[in-house]
Amino acid sequence: MITTYLFYFLSFLAIMFALMVVLSKNPVHSVLYLVLAFFTIAGHYVLLNAQFLAAVHVIVYAGAIMVLFLFVIMLLNLNKETEPHKSVWLKASAAVASGLLLVVLVGSLKGAETIVQVNAFNPNIGLIENLGQTLFHDFLLPFEVSSILLLAAMVGAVMLGKRSIK
Amino acid sequence: MINLVWLVPLLPLIGFVIIGLFGKQLSKGLVGFIGCGSVLGAFIIAAGIFFQLTGQAEKSITVELFPWISAGKLSVPFSFLVDPLSSLFLLIVTGVGFLIHVYSVGYMHDDEGFARFFAYLNLFIFFMLLLVLGSNYLIMFVGWEGVGLCSYLLIGFWFKNTAYNNAAKKAFVMNRIGDLGFLLGIILIFVTFGSIGYHDVFMMAKNFSSGNPVLTSITLLLFVGAIGKSAQIPLFTWLPDAMAGPTPVSALIHAATMVTAGIYMIARSNILFTLSPITMEVVAIVGVCTALFAATIGLAQNDIKKVLAYSTVSQLGYMFLALGVGAYTGAVFHVMTHAFFKALLFLGAGSVIHAMSGEQDIRKMGGLKKYIPVTHLTFLIGTLAIVGFPGFSGFFSKDEILANAFEHNKLLWFLGVLGAAMTTFYMFRLYFLTFKGSFRGTSDQEHHLHESPKSMTVPLMILAVLSIVGGFIGIPEVLGGKHFLEEFLKPVFEDSTLRLIHHLPEQTELILMGVAITVMAAAIYYAYKTYIVNQTLPAAEEEELTPLHQLVYKKYWIDELYDNAITQPLNFISHGLHKVVDNQLIDGIVNGVGTVVNWTSSKIRLLQTGNIGFYVFVMVISIVIILFTRMM
Amino acid sequence: MRGGWRGNKMSAIQTIPINWYLLLSTVLFTIGVLGVLFRRNAIIIFMSIELMLNAVNLLLVAFSSYLSDSKGQVFVFFIMAVAAAEVAVGLAILMMVYRNTKSSDINMLNKLKW
Repeated sequence: MITTYLFYFLSFLAIMFALMVVLSKNPVHSVLYLVLAFFTIAGHYVLLNAQFLAAVHVIVYAGAIMVLFLFVIMLLNLNKETEPHKSVWLKASAAVASGLLLVVLVGSLKGAETIVQVNAFNPNIGLIENLGQTLFHDFLLPFEVSSILLLAAMVGAVMLGKRSIK
Repeated sequence: MINLVWLVPLLPLIGFVIIGLFGKQLSKGLVGFIGCGSVLGAFIIAAGIFFQLTGQAEKSITVELFPWISAGKLSVPFSFLVDPLSSLFLLIVTGVGFLIHVYSVGYMHDDEGFARFFAYLNLFIFFMLLLVLGSNYLIMFVGWEGVGLCSYLLIGFWFKNTAYNNAAKKAFVMNRIGDLGFLLGIILIFVTFGSIGYHDVFMMAKNFSSGNPVLTSITLLLFVGAIGKSAQIPLFTWLPDAMAGPTPVSALIHAATMVTAGIYMIARSNILFTLSPITMEVVAIVGVCTALFAATIGLAQNDIKKVLAYSTVSQLGYMFLALGVGAYTGAVFHVMTHAFFKALLFLGAGSVIHAMSGEQDIRKMGGLKKYIPVTHLTFLIGTLAIVGFPGFSGFFSKDEILANAFEHNKLLWFLGVLGAAMTTFYMFRLYFLTFKGSFRGTSDQEHHLHESPKSMTVPLMILAVLSIVGGFIGIPEVLGGKHFLEEFLKPVFEDSTLRLIHHLPEQTELILMGVAITVMAAAIYYAYKTYIVNQTLPAAEEEELTPLHQLVYKKYWIDELYDNAITQPLNFISHGLHKVVDNQLIDGIVNGVGTVVNWTSSKIRLLQTGNIGFYVFVMVISIVIILFTRMM
Repeated sequence: MRGGWRGNKMSAIQTIPINWYLLLSTVLFTIGVLGVLFRRNAIIIFMSIELMLNAVNLLLVAFSSYLSDSKGQVFVFFIMAVAAAEVAVGLAILMMVYRNTKSSDINMLNKLKW
């Protein structure tokens, strides 16, 4: 039973933090709320027996990506409430559109058939051993290719970040 | 030799390519050499094929070169059929073609389009050989269209003259009418027999009963093609106008070879026609009508080439008469002798025109005998041959046709003899007015009169000899001769002859010959009396003519009739369609679509504001719509 | 320690139907969309996109666990790699934009039109 409560609690937190990300006026606050939202998602991963993924998630997202965001915001000096506001009409239409999207998504998921479990339940698939087996066995080539992606991204970021050559 | 048959059409094609591409760079001598040489080479091979064929028992050989078209049920190989009929036509085309090439070297010597002329001539020979050699109707059709194209190019050879261009267009359009019939005929053949190869079609056709409506339709359609190409009623008016081309062209294309393509086609498909008695009647009637009709027009013409042109139409009518009464051998025989003497007459006329510095009106000639003796003598031989003077080639072939016509229907024979009488009259009228009497041209022309160069007179002499001896291969048995040609062509016409030919009693045949000779002699005498004794001259342009004479002189106003009844209404409709349907309706729709698209785009493009937020918003809404429709 | 994890009776799978995870992911995703539509600050929009990515990740992990198939989790790794790369490049672009326009307002970037 405790897992159920835990699920509700984490879900509530996740949705609330996510909303705060969108709604808070100060970008720095947004970033911090997003970090919290990521922690709740990591909690969900643990609930789902994906312990290794939860750890990686925290390291990569909260530890690396969000720091990068924060860094950029500081660098650009955006911590003031400098953002110009959209008109009320635009905000209303944005809210209505995303509301519609939510309704339609939920509606289309509602009619979906329940999944049939093909494999016997195995609580150990989230462990690093199993993941490693899959990653370096079935997905070896994509894994290697992703290294090229990261290299390209790194080169691109460096190129873009340089002061433009006069 | 027979497996070299592909060289026969290839040589003129090579000649065409070389002259056509490099004609401007080559000297006239070299162009003439290549042009004549390629045809001579073809002639030598054709002669070799001919003799090999006479010597061996196997009379029908198909030489397959390469698969050509293969689509669904249709499979057409590019192959040649060598049999007595095609080998005979090969000889005629390449032989007469070669002589006319040689003649052209002299005749066209001062023309600036010398190389172009030879290129066209070689191309023509190529297509004509293709037409004759093909082993299925499609290759024949390709050749058929090709010779039509060359005919168009050569009639309008002097393209700076609008009247010549119009004549070329007329020939082309009239041929198209016939070609459509031919094409439909081929399609119907394919639908009926599932093949268009001669061999398959004729084998299957033998199993059809006589008078089968499908066969009748096929043959009628084929005959429409023959009408167009061989200038029969009602599509004959292009041939006299085609005289606008250089004289060698008139001799080669519009007398000796191309216009006989229709006869070749019917002779080739003889079994189909034999099994369609209705078509045979139609062919015979059209043939004899054309023969008579053109002969009457020929009586009153004053242009030396026009007279010969109408005589060609008339002689073609005889050939169709022969086909119509089932005398296929007679038709082919006449094609051959006609090729000799009509080419001779045309080339002779060309020589006369050459001597007269381009003058073609016989009213301005006369007494040319002493100025151009060789031309005169050969022209006389040609005239005697065409009127069927005993011993000359025309006598034997025409006699065979008339005898067969008599056997088939007395009226056809009577009309044929009447046409022959008229032929005799106008040919001798032409001869007397041109060569006898006194010179009626200007003194300038008289001063300039001269015999043509060797390259022109030698072909004349060869053709004159052929016009005399050409008939000896078909001497009727009544006269104690042997019909070599019939013997030779027997394998081709075997199936038809079995069904058609009944031999006349010898006596009747001799009487018919006597009648023909008497009529001819009378016509010659009448012409002699009119033009030599009484020295009558054809009326000058401004003179009043009797209504009948006027009618004939104006060619029964056939051209005017076609113009008023067909061309002008068509032009009117076309004009209306152009102005209303094309310019307003279709252009309106097309331009309207463009305008509407332009206008809407200019409005829709404002939707692209460049605002990313707006784009995302539209995207989300679109996703909502898509998911919503999926959900439904 | 490992053994303790293995026999984990606190697995959410037993007690919570997958529909709840579907719903949670959908809500998080929609919040991300809302952020993209709602804000004009490019960095916030960027963060909203990260939120959407994580909503999808969560769903992948959920399905992976419910189906006992580790491939879903491997996919999440790849998505993380792509996200990291994307953030690096994206933020670099944002820096460039800011350097040129002195603003992180996406409405300044409206040159992409007729």
